[in-house]
Amino acid sequence: MSMGLLRLLRGNKASAPVARERLQILLAHERGLRGQPDLLGVLREEILAVVSRHVTLDPTKVIVRLDRGDEVSTLEVDIEVPNDFERKRAAVG
Amino acid sequence: MAKVLVVTSGKGGVGKTTTTAALGAALAQRGEKVVVVDFDVGLRNLDLVMGAERRVVFDLINVVQGVAKLPQALIRDKRLENLWLLPASQTRDKDALTEEGVGKVIDDLRSRFDWVICDSPAGIERGASMAMRFADEAVIVTNPEVSSVRDSDRIIGMLDSKTVRAEKGERVEKHILITRYDPSRAARGEMLTIEDILEILATPLLGIIPESQDVLKASNVGTPVTLSNAEGAPARAYIDAARRLCGDTVPMQVPTERKGFMDRLLRRRAA
Repeated sequence: MSMGLLRLLRGNKASAPVARERLQILLAHERGLRGQPDLLGVLREEILAVVSRHVTLDPTKVIVRLDRGDEVSTLEVDIEVPNDFERKRAAVG
Repeated sequence: MAKVLVVTSGKGGVGKTTTTAALGAALAQRGEKVVVVDFDVGLRNLDLVMGAERRVVFDLINVVQGVAKLPQALIRDKRLENLWLLPASQTRDKDALTEEGVGKVIDDLRSRFDWVICDSPAGIERGASMAMRFADEAVIVTNPEVSSVRDSDRIIGMLDSKTVRAEKGERVEKHILITRYDPSRAARGEMLTIEDILEILATPLLGIIPESQDVLKASNVGTPVTLSNAEGAPARAYIDAARRLCGDTVPMQVPTERKGFMDRLLRRRAA
């Protein structure tokens, strides 16, 4: 309740500066990507090619995700490997 | 030397068609010979906003495909003898807009008019890219709102890379036109300011069109807003914008705040 009252007393907090900041961050990023090849697509293809040299993979089971944070971003690679992978490796080795 | 001007935005509903009609009429009133071309194939509306919906016989696609000659498809405005409309097709598919065909029509229009104003559809698909393809100049219609500004930025990127001029290493001259602007809300910090938008988009300003009931009224009766209430704030803002397009130096007027409710009521009664 006190928050509501505070907001009432202060008047509505200006939202335009938030809009401005969000846009500046977003557009700086989008402009960087413009005209470049699809980064995630390229990463996915190359990772798939490397791993496939050693393991037989289902290409649809390779998922590459990019999560953008304020300080750092994370690149998440999720590859589903078939269960008989170790056995095959042993047989080859 | 004829100029091809595209009115574009990316986002829908920001005022491209209103702007095309208003700028077209304002330029024609200055004595320029103007054609406004609707590129929104399948969802045409420029004819309606111009009040010519019952006079459409042939359209842009008919001309592109050679079914009709250009003069057969051009509709002359009933109020301004210098103003013409080339409507879009309501029934055909936008895929009928081939680059070669559109290029020929634009060349033909260049030889007949001072200004060829192309009203782009929303989006970034074929209709929008064809509308901007041959442009010398662009008016990017932007509302003071995050999604509109983001889409404008995307469209600016396309104007700088996907137009004939860009591919030849030349520039399309770009202008931002801010519409539906409410100075009192901007002053209260509820709306992006003009300075915010221009800084983010890094593109010069052509004009500021205030939020106004005049715009809806004008489209209701099928008259460009510069003709329906020439004294109104949006009409004056569009007329100033048209003068700037012609190279005049016109001081940028931030639309003055609206009068109180009673003032407006009384003024309207009196008018």
